[in-house]
Amino acid sequence: MKIFRIVTWVAVAIVAGIWIGFSGVLPGTERGQEPASTGVAAIGGPFALTSHKGETVDNARLAGKPYLVFFGFTHCPDICPTTLYELTDLMAELGPAADRFTPLFITVDPERDTQEVLAEYMTAFERILALRGSLAETDATVKAFAAYYRKVPTDGGGYTMDHTAGVILMDAEGQFAGTLDMHEPRETVLAKLKRLIDA
Amino acid sequence: MITRLAVALAAFIAIAGPASAHDFKAGQIEIDHPWSRPTPPSAPVAGGYMKLINSGTETDRLIEVTSPIAERAEIHRSIIENGVASMRPVEGLAIAPGATVDFEAEKLHVMFIKPTRQLKDGEKFPAKLVFEKAGPVDVEFMVQMRASKPAADDHSGHGG
Repeated sequence: MKIFRIVTWVAVAIVAGIWIGFSGVLPGTERGQEPASTGVAAIGGPFALTSHKGETVDNARLAGKPYLVFFGFTHCPDICPTTLYELTDLMAELGPAADRFTPLFITVDPERDTQEVLAEYMTAFERILALRGSLAETDATVKAFAAYYRKVPTDGGGYTMDHTAGVILMDAEGQFAGTLDMHEPRETVLAKLKRLIDA
Repeated sequence: MITRLAVALAAFIAIAGPASAHDFKAGQIEIDHPWSRPTPPSAPVAGGYMKLINSGTETDRLIEVTSPIAERAEIHRSIIENGVASMRPVEGLAIAPGATVDFEAEKLHVMFIKPTRQLKDGEKFPAKLVFEKAGPVDVEFMVQMRASKPAADDHSGHGG
């Protein structure tokens, strides 16, 4: 009886630890998101989008290979192209090993980022797959990754997008495996990618 | 037209010399190495970076940027807060006396809106900066893939 109680409390502590650990890992989750009720599964729920090549890409299709998720948009002069160029550069350095994960650029601005726009844009980043969906599909995908985006009006009637800045790492089982911050030292980012591939 | 441009360019190179070709001056404001990344095809925006050094005794402000390669240009600051990236316009970027405003270090960029063409690695494009006190100055942005190197060799990395 006593052992059972101890085991129960240990289990509670582990679950709580996982929950606390992961809820703090991906910043931005607290802004307008539902709180994660379970640990690992909270990031990377089901989603379905269309690639810049016109194929349907969903979590089932991505299974079996680690993948990277970066949320951005083409009307972004700084963080988005920088991240895409950096990823391209890192993949060049990793060489064939980079074929062992799928890098995804998911637009949070599907209204302006049509398939045609993305198809042209991505010719500069040939190893990265751009994905888009309807507003509802985009919303569901951002929620599935416990990420964040918001449309922000600008002077002159335009708008810009706020969005989760980091690159989300998912392992071959579709489980959350950490994030990349492009401001981290390059060695750290490379080590994380190698760990993801070798896991 | 092309001949005139070539003559102007040759004259510019002769006067400025290759070593200082990417420093510009307006009054007490030095504009160090304006640069931009190559853009993907059909990119609706391009980002530009530079260092502004104020050797004068009063604060000046960068109030306007224009370029023939873009419909218009704005100065923005990128903010990453709680892991979320935002971009907010900066009106009249202040450069205090003796201060250096390093766009990259301060997460600032010039946003060139609706570029008329794709920017290719290794090329240059003209732009005009207008300062509140120092007035207007013509500059050229160098298009390069990588961020500028640390100060020690920041002019050896062109086009690299």
